[in-house]
Amino acid sequence: MTITLIVNEAEHRVAADPETPLLYVLRNDLKLKATRFGCGQGQCGACTVVMDGKAVASCDLPVSAAAGKTITTVEGLSTGGKLHPLQRAFIAEQAAQCGYCLSGILMAAKALLDANARPSEAEIRAALTDNFCRCGTHQRIIRAIQRAADEVAT
Amino acid sequence: MSETPVNAPRKLPGSLEANRRLDRWLRINRDGTVTVFPGKVEIGQGILTVFTQIVAEELDVALERVRLAPSDTSYSPDEGITSGSRSVQEGGIALLHAAAEARDLLLQRAASRLGVSLEQLAVEDGVVTARSGGAITYWDLTSEELLAREATGDIAPKSPKEHTLIGTPVPRHDIPGKISGAPAYVQDLELPGMLHGRIVRPPSPGARLTAFDEAQVRSMPGIVEVVRDGSFLGVIAEREEQAIRALNRCKRIAQWHEISALPGTDPRYLLRADAKTEVISEKSDEAALARSKRSLEAEYTRPFIAHASMAPSCAVATHDKGAFTVWTHSQGIYPLRTELTKVLGVPERAITVIHVEGAGCYGHNGADDAACDAALLARAVPGRPVRVQWMREDEFGWEPFGSAMVVRMSGAVDGEGRIVNWTHDLWSHGHSTRPVGRDGANLLGAWYLEKPVPAATPGNPPLPAGGSHRNAIPLYEFPNQRITNHLVLRAPLRTSALRSLGAHPNVFAIESFMDELAAAAGADPVEFRLRHLKDPRARAVIEAAAEEAGWRKGGKGDGARGRGIGFARYKNVGCYAAVVVEVEIGNEIAVRRAWAAVDAGLAINPDGIANQIEGGVIQTVSWTLKEQVQYDAQRVTTLNWTDYPILSFAEAPAVEVTLINRPGEPPLGTGEGAQGPTAAAIGNAVFNAMGVRVRDMPLTRERVIAALA
Ligand code: FES
Ligand code: FES
Repeated sequence: MTITLIVNEAEHRVAADPETPLLYVLRNDLKLKATRFGCGQGQCGACTVVMDGKAVASCDLPVSAAAGKTITTVEGLSTGGKLHPLQRAFIAEQAAQCGYCLSGILMAAKALLDANARPSEAEIRAALTDNFCRCGTHQRIIRAIQRAADEVAT
Repeated sequence: MSETPVNAPRKLPGSLEANRRLDRWLRINRDGTVTVFPGKVEIGQGILTVFTQIVAEELDVALERVRLAPSDTSYSPDEGITSGSRSVQEGGIALLHAAAEARDLLLQRAASRLGVSLEQLAVEDGVVTARSGGAITYWDLTSEELLAREATGDIAPKSPKEHTLIGTPVPRHDIPGKISGAPAYVQDLELPGMLHGRIVRPPSPGARLTAFDEAQVRSMPGIVEVVRDGSFLGVIAEREEQAIRALNRCKRIAQWHEISALPGTDPRYLLRADAKTEVISEKSDEAALARSKRSLEAEYTRPFIAHASMAPSCAVATHDKGAFTVWTHSQGIYPLRTELTKVLGVPERAITVIHVEGAGCYGHNGADDAACDAALLARAVPGRPVRVQWMREDEFGWEPFGSAMVVRMSGAVDGEGRIVNWTHDLWSHGHSTRPVGRDGANLLGAWYLEKPVPAATPGNPPLPAGGSHRNAIPLYEFPNQRITNHLVLRAPLRTSALRSLGAHPNVFAIESFMDELAAAAGADPVEFRLRHLKDPRARAVIEAAAEEAGWRKGGKGDGARGRGIGFARYKNVGCYAAVVVEVEIGNEIAVRRAWAAVDAGLAINPDGIANQIEGGVIQTVSWTLKEQVQYDAQRVTTLNWTDYPILSFAEAPAVEVTLINRPGEPPLGTGEGAQGPTAAAIGNAVFNAMGVRVRDMPLTRERVIAALA
């Protein structure tokens, strides 16, 4: 079956079983490797993408349910060769250890900032409820999201 | 090759001793770049950035010129395993000296080309200038033979006073790529014609596959091969989701004979098991003992805990014309290669192991096993790469866990509030079943083959670093002490190295018991520790952490909030760390804030150290408050994140790190420095808040309530 997806503002037609989780279509058909597998059960947030403005887990979402929706992945964060404020902030705060969790966290943060430009620390923490970081980079990540919000606001 | 010296070669620093050729470590390229060949690997600790910093410093070139070659058994130095916070001491020190020697060789060439003496030369970003005029670059001076020689050990690296890059918070080299979506991990590797594999793991350890109707799987869409070798079962498909669907069908139709018999989840089963008992430290002073006024005993436990990496293990392998290539996030490419020879029945020269980063592993997880799985599947489809991705339940169910442990303490204080007697008995399984095993193969898949290669006898790293007994010998000075290691080699579940090994439970016990004795002596916990410590560096971190936290002498918690401190020198030879935490006890126990003070000798990258310590504290809060692997009489039942909750963003504490830099001292790793102190600080803070002692990890609200009753 051929399914049409809009990912990072480009239209893609993919031949895949409609039940295939969106994650594998992004990674293996579209070669967008930033969205990552962590659990396949919607529990860890490693595979988070933004779909129609909302952060969703792509690992247990059938690709058919994403057809025609607007999807953004980390590859689509920067525009015209310019890093997104979130990306700049993560570099400025050195907010990574292994970094495996970051793609999902960046997308959850993007959905948050798009909806709420000045989130409080508690709101940032709440927006990351579905994202885990095993390395313990939490405090740097929270600071980076705050910094990005400050930058966008000023 | 250089000539073999007549006398035995002198001992060289760090891993340079075992890998003496300079060109194994670095290369000066004609195009204005420098290539570094590290043997230690990136596991999220930021070590590769530190290596570039070291090399740029010693060579006097800009950081941007330094490239990193992936670790690969075809050319990289053999540095064994990346573990134990030893990467700076071993790999970093080797690169420091290798780069210093390379600089000297370049300067000698420059001196002869420019016709001046060495003293006339200065270097800036690879441009060598003579005071009398004239200049030449490293890139013009270099040649193949320049570094094709053994290190001499004669050239001293710069003195700390001359450092311009070492000691500065150089940003991590890998973050820009990782936040921009560039492929970064072995999971992202994609080779032409690559197939997707999954392994059908048994339901419980040691189970035998008794019936399996292959035809029901072969007929599924996209299936290329079903690999069955004894009780090792795997599927290979064109597409990833097809492999997963085949895996799920296999799970439904395969029948197994299960044999495992697991003990209860209370670690005290260890007390009844067969153990090898060894006294590892003993001191006696009858006169001091006679002064005992108050004696105490206490028992502390930790359950099995999981590494629980964010990314289940993964590997890619090809088998072509009898030769294997394996891409892996293993912590030791050479030991893995040796282990694979036993399973694949080919010599080392027929196996190339290439390191590609994985997610943070925190010790020995499924990385090596996935590599073995990929090689076993690749053998069935010659010429085509196979990517094996473990599922979440594979990682939880089959990774080697950090061992359950029991620690029994007893001690006595005299009338002056000084400890006069101290005993520490610990029970644990071994803490290393890494490749290479002496008498078997430490690779999961190998144990289930038709002709199995059984697991090696579990190991336990010897002192001074130690395994189960890591940090069991206190740094405090006591007139009487006896430390006894009861090692239970037969483990019901697979156990191996988990970040800090036995240090987490041992320091939890030591530092909790220090507080219990302090309370018995009516002393303040900080002052009580200092009373028993001579080492000025140990005292300094305790004082710094207390000061940063605004420690109030004799301060009491308010029934809901409290503070506690913990201290250790990691492995008794590594970095010093003291941690103060503040807990708040409501519906759950929460750690709100933590203050850590660390002395890691010469601090090469202060921000990298802070990052490691912050992460170490936060991960340990998770271990100590929440984590326990669950199992029933036969099977591991922790299979997903709901079964194994870890600390969330809502729960993560704010951590402040104070770094005591000691430029005159050798640099020490910090990846595992915070675990023991943090665990103990939490237990001590709970006591400070509520007046009750919880001695069993995880420290849960239920256990606090039980202790109150
Ligand atoms: S991989 Fe999708 S939530 Fe974990
Ligand atoms: S940085 Fe490693 S999991 Fe978050």
